[in-house]
Amino acid sequence: MAYAAGVDVGSTQTKAIVLDETRRIVGRSLTETGANVMRAADTAFREALASGDLREEEVEFVVGTGYGRYKVTFGNAQVTEISCHARGAVQLFPRTRTVLDMGGQDTKAIRVAPSGEIVDFCMNDKCAAGTGRFLGAAAVALDLPLAELGPTALKGERAVKISTTCTVFAESEVLSWLGKGKKIEDILLGVHESIAARSIGLLRRVGIEEEVTFTGGVTKNRAMVETLNRRLGLTVNVSDDAHFIGAIGAALFALDRIAAGRAPASPAREGA
Amino acid sequence: MTTPVTNAGIVGRGNAAGAQLFRDWFQGLSAAAEQGRGAAYVFVMGSLAELLRVFDFPIVFPEINSLQAAVRRVAHEYLNEAENYGYSPDICGYVKADVATQLRGGAHPMGKIPKPALAICTNACNTYIKWGEIWERMYGMPLFTLDVPGSRGAGLASPRGGDDFERDRRYVEAQLGELITLCERVSGQRFDVDRLREHLRHANELTTGWQRVLELNRSRPAVFNALSDGTIYLGVANGFRGTPEGAAFFRDLVEEMAYKAAHGIGTTIEERWRLVFVGVPCYPIFRRFGELFTDWGGVFVNSTYLRFASGGANLGFVYDLARPIESLAEGVLLGVRHAMDSMFFQTDALVEMIDTHAADGIVYHPIKSCRTVSTGLADTRRALMARRDIPSLFVESDMMDRRVVSEAQMKNRVDAFFEGLGARRHQAAAS
Repeated sequence: MAYAAGVDVGSTQTKAIVLDETRRIVGRSLTETGANVMRAADTAFREALASGDLREEEVEFVVGTGYGRYKVTFGNAQVTEISCHARGAVQLFPRTRTVLDMGGQDTKAIRVAPSGEIVDFCMNDKCAAGTGRFLGAAAVALDLPLAELGPTALKGERAVKISTTCTVFAESEVLSWLGKGKKIEDILLGVHESIAARSIGLLRRVGIEEEVTFTGGVTKNRAMVETLNRRLGLTVNVSDDAHFIGAIGAALFALDRIAAGRAPASPAREGA
Repeated sequence: MTTPVTNAGIVGRGNAAGAQLFRDWFQGLSAAAEQGRGAAYVFVMGSLAELLRVFDFPIVFPEINSLQAAVRRVAHEYLNEAENYGYSPDICGYVKADVATQLRGGAHPMGKIPKPALAICTNACNTYIKWGEIWERMYGMPLFTLDVPGSRGAGLASPRGGDDFERDRRYVEAQLGELITLCERVSGQRFDVDRLREHLRHANELTTGWQRVLELNRSRPAVFNALSDGTIYLGVANGFRGTPEGAAFFRDLVEEMAYKAAHGIGTTIEERWRLVFVGVPCYPIFRRFGELFTDWGGVFVNSTYLRFASGGANLGFVYDLARPIESLAEGVLLGVRHAMDSMFFQTDALVEMIDTHAADGIVYHPIKSCRTVSTGLADTRRALMARRDIPSLFVESDMMDRRVVSEAQMKNRVDAFFEGLGARRHQAAAS
């Protein structure tokens, strides 16, 4: 049995997936990226192996993805997370035509062809407005754990208007609304609305075509899913594995390479 | 991408000669500044260099000065200085780098820039006029604005040969008459039509050469990279327009590119993808920006920049030396219009480039500090997608300001673009 792995080194968390030849997930792991990116990649990979009771030499091909993909030093190839999220989303939801990936530092809108080929994509620019980091700033300002942001926001009734687009200034705006006596749940609802609005702006730039699959760590936030659904007027696909979709896509590219006998194949490429 | 000189003695000489001409040019400007000579400040879209050379003005292109500061990685010092002086971060980076150069008494990484004795701008770019007003306030010198009619007509402006065109041409010619009078007053020299003919003759050779060089890049592999090498040639086309040095450079460059085309010699990389560039280059990381593409085997075979930033010189318009002022007016009218159409109504130009240069993809590079160039690129992209099934990449940064250039994000997008191109080629081959 040949195994393939994908290691997605994101700005906040690193995810690893091991697939067997039938594309079944046989190992997985999630760890905080931290300051030592190489160590995070290595840890995630080893933990994924351990979870599947596999040895390193059983894995024939490893593809690194995410911002730290070139730090996956044991990897055989690198593929951007844009390609990997598209590939992973189509694998989990074959009718996917649009992908929204909301990560720690960037949000991506990707339009895909039925084959999984990327038709178009766009991302937030250099600033982190409209990303998971925006939620993190709000959590800090409100002194709430990240996991409570969604449930709290769902209790909101009258969303406050978050006017800033800057993650740094968002914190001071949240505090100013608190000072004006607004309820925490209404402020948080406003934060979710603001992020959803910016994300949908990205989606519109590539064109929204159903089905829409939502990926990335923020998928765990129920309020964000509901806000997106309401604003889009549809139900986005969300998988329990949504957090791992980039790593799944990377592992699928790794399987391709095994199948191709490691001949140079697109889109993954050796080294670089 | 700098091409190494080979034993043939031809390949790579254009890049080397272009760099030398630039050094000579800035040395000349430094000497003029030391002698206290006033310069003519002009812009790349409608420079009128042919006419200004009749009066022996040192010619300064502030846009080129600014981009040179960025290429030499000191633009941030100039931008900070202008912002500390009171200019907003949102104002054109070229303007701010120039303001700081003026505040520093002309000190520039390539030498010393003489002060303006006069400045000439066209209505091609609205910032040109506001920029000229800054020098007016600083130095009190005359600012001449050439009003070029029909410069945003998308091919609907008066067609050449018709009565309306002739009226437009005469309107420009009348303004040139006013400019000649102004130049005589500022320089203290009488206008000499025979000298103008000589400069026009050199300009003719340069523009026909420029047009030919662009055509030769239809070769496969491409004979030069339109982003890196092309920018050197563009600089010569602007800075040496109307000079024997400029004419000789393009004579040699045509020979070099024809030689490369005939011998199947490309750029220094193995060409896997033929790309078209839209917008202004990312000068703060100029070399690295190019490498993001060449690392994947991507070669820019053409660029809208080489059209609009040459003031439409790519048209190869040839002045009629028998009627120099009339013909100069016609050339300026057509050139500026073409430059504007290449910027604001790019779809036709891009379709032509895709077809004639066999492009695999388009790279749009909107920049924060120039709305004139960047606004409308999204519309252009949509319009092009309706006419050609060709992948495109939108990658945003700036032409001057390193603070808004995020290399990691840029690389991510570029890599994903090439992955998409690869998948597309792979599937096309499989089907």
